[in-house]
Amino acid sequence: MNLDIFLQQLVNGASLGSMYALIAIGYTMVYGVLRLINFAHGDIMMVGAFLTFFGTSAGIPFELAVLLGIIGSAAVGILTDKIAYKPLRDAPKISLLITAIGISFFLENLFTVLFGSTPKAFAAPEYLTKIFHVGEIYLPISVIIIPTVTLLILALVLWILYKTKYGMAIRALAFDIQTVKLMGIDADRIIMIVFIIGSALAAIGGVFYAVSYPSIDPLMGIIVGLKAFAAAVLGGIGSVAGAVVGGFILGFTEIFVVAMFPELGGYKDAFAFFFLILVLLFRPTGIMGQDLERGRF
Amino acid sequence: MKIIRNILLIIATLLFIYYAQNTFDSYTLSILSNIGIFAILALSYNLINGVAGQFSLEPNGFVAIGAYFTAILLLPTDTKVDMFALVDPAPIILQMKAQFIPAIIIGGIAASIVAMFLSFPVFRVRGDYLAIVTLGFGFIIRIFAINNPAYTNGAMGLNDIPSNANFIWIGIIALITFIIMIHIIYSKYGRAMKSVRDDEDAATAMGINTFKIKTYAFMTSAFFEGIGGGLLASMLTTITPDQFSFLLTFQLLIIIVLGGLGSMSGALIATILVMGGMEWLRFLDDNIIIFGTDLGAHPGTRMVVFSILLIIMMLFARKGLLGDKELFNYFKKKSQ
Repeated sequence: MNLDIFLQQLVNGASLGSMYALIAIGYTMVYGVLRLINFAHGDIMMVGAFLTFFGTSAGIPFELAVLLGIIGSAAVGILTDKIAYKPLRDAPKISLLITAIGISFFLENLFTVLFGSTPKAFAAPEYLTKIFHVGEIYLPISVIIIPTVTLLILALVLWILYKTKYGMAIRALAFDIQTVKLMGIDADRIIMIVFIIGSALAAIGGVFYAVSYPSIDPLMGIIVGLKAFAAAVLGGIGSVAGAVVGGFILGFTEIFVVAMFPELGGYKDAFAFFFLILVLLFRPTGIMGQDLERGRF
Repeated sequence: MKIIRNILLIIATLLFIYYAQNTFDSYTLSILSNIGIFAILALSYNLINGVAGQFSLEPNGFVAIGAYFTAILLLPTDTKVDMFALVDPAPIILQMKAQFIPAIIIGGIAASIVAMFLSFPVFRVRGDYLAIVTLGFGFIIRIFAINNPAYTNGAMGLNDIPSNANFIWIGIIALITFIIMIHIIYSKYGRAMKSVRDDEDAATAMGINTFKIKTYAFMTSAFFEGIGGGLLASMLTTITPDQFSFLLTFQLLIIIVLGGLGSMSGALIATILVMGGMEWLRFLDDNIIIFGTDLGAHPGTRMVVFSILLIIMMLFARKGLLGDKELFNYFKKKSQ
C-alpha cells in the first residue's frame, strides 16, 4: 500500500468513523441516564435520513431539509421516551428492553409500509459531492467535511455537558437518579433533553450516511445502529469521548481491513461484533469507561 | 393420579396428531406444522429468556445452524453437486449424509456446541449487553452463511431438501420438547435457573454456579432451536440466509411475552394465538381495498400491528397470559 492510497483510506476511515461516533454518542448518553440500550436509536437515525430525503425531494434547500430531519428525529426520540420508556421507569429492565425492541421494529415496518422497501437514491448538494484531488488521490469533499463537522459537534456536546446547568444535571442523573429528584431537578425533563441531543446527533449521522452511500432504505438503521452501539461499548459506555474514540477506531478498522484484505470484504459488517466480543472478554469497561454499573460521562 | 392424567393427555395428543395427519387438508396441515415448529422454538427460547432470565436475542442464529446442518445432511450428493452454482461444494459437504432423525439431532447438537463456545463471552455480561451481543451473533451467522458459498451455497441458499418432516414428526417432537421443558422447570436445574433469574447475587451466595446454570440453559435452548431449524428446513424444502433474520427472533419474542415469560404452557397457547393471528391477519399484507379504491399491497403491515401489540402488552399487561405459572397449577397460590 503506497502513501497516497494510505492517506485516501485514512480519510475514508475518518469519515465512516464520524458517522459511527455521532450515533454512538446517543447510545452512550441514553445509557448513562436510563441504563437502557435504546434499540430504536438506529431507527431514529433512519427517520432523520428519510425526513431529509423528503425535504430535498419537496424542493426545500438541503440545509433546511437537514434541520427538518433533526427536528423530526428529536420529536420521534421524545415521543419514544414518553410513550414507551417513561411509563416503565420503575419496571424490570427486561420490560424496557422489550418495548425498545418493539419501537425499533415498529419504526422499521411503518416506514416499509408507508414508503416501500426499495432503496431510494439520496441527492446530496453538489458542494458535498464535488471531487477534488491532492496528488494522485481523488476524494469527494464530504469526506473532509464530515469529520470536521463531527469534531465541532463533539465540542458542542462536551460544552453542554460540562459548562451548562443542564449538562451538570445530566451528569448528576448518570450518578444517581433518586438523589437528583430529591434535589428538586425535574428528571423527566433532563431525560427528554438527553433524547433530544441523542436523536439530533443520530439524524446528522443519518444524513452523513445518506450522503456517503447515496441511498437510503427503511432497514438501514439496523446494522449501522448495532455497529455504533459496538463503538460505544468499545469506547466505554457512558463516556461521550469514549464513544467518539470507539467510533473512529471502528471506522478505521473497517476501511483498512477491507483495503488490505479484500477477500474479507463480505465480513466487514461482522468486525464490529468481533470487537464487541473481544472487549467484553478482556476489558468489559471499554477504553475510556470506568465502571459499567455506574457509567459516567 | 397425576401420572394417569399425564399419560392420558399424551395419548390424546398423539391420537390428535395421527388423526390430523390423515384427515386434514394440506393447507391446514401446513399451518399446524408451522405452529408445531414455532412451539418447539418458543418453548426452548422461553427456557433461556423466561426461566433463566437471560434476555438474549439469538434464536435465529441457532435455528439457522440447525437448518443448514440438517439440509446438508439430508440432501443427496448429486443434488448438492448440481445445486452449488457459485463455487464447487467443499468435500466435507459432499460427504455429509444422514437419515432424517439423526440429521435433525446432529443439527441440534451443532447449535448446542456453538452455544457452549458463545456462552464464554456473552455470560460475562448481564442485561442489555447480553441482548445486543446475542443479537450480533444472529447477524454474524447470516453473514457467515452468505460469505461461504462452498458450504452454504451463499445467498442462493439450498433447495430441494427432502421433505421428511410431516405433521406427525413435528407434532411428536413438539410434544417431547414440551415434556422435557416441564421436567427441566421442576428439576433441580430449573429451580437453580429461576433463582439466577430472580436474584443472581443471592443464587451465587447459596452456592449455585450461575455461569454453569446459564450455560446449561443456553445449550439446552440451542439444542431444541437447532432441532426446530432442522424441521423447518425439511418442511419448507428451501432455505436461504435471509430467512433467518431478526424477524424470526422477534416473532418468538412476541410469543413468549404474550404467554408470560417463564410459563411453558403459556408459550404453547401463545404460539397458537400468534401463529393463528399471523395467518388470520395475512389479508393486511395483501392489496387493501377501501370503498372500491385499491390502495395497493403493503407488505409489513402485519408486523406493524404486532409491534404495537408488543408495546401495548409491555405497558399494560406485563405478565402476559399466564405470568410465570403453568396452566395446570394456575390457581395455586404461588408458583413453584
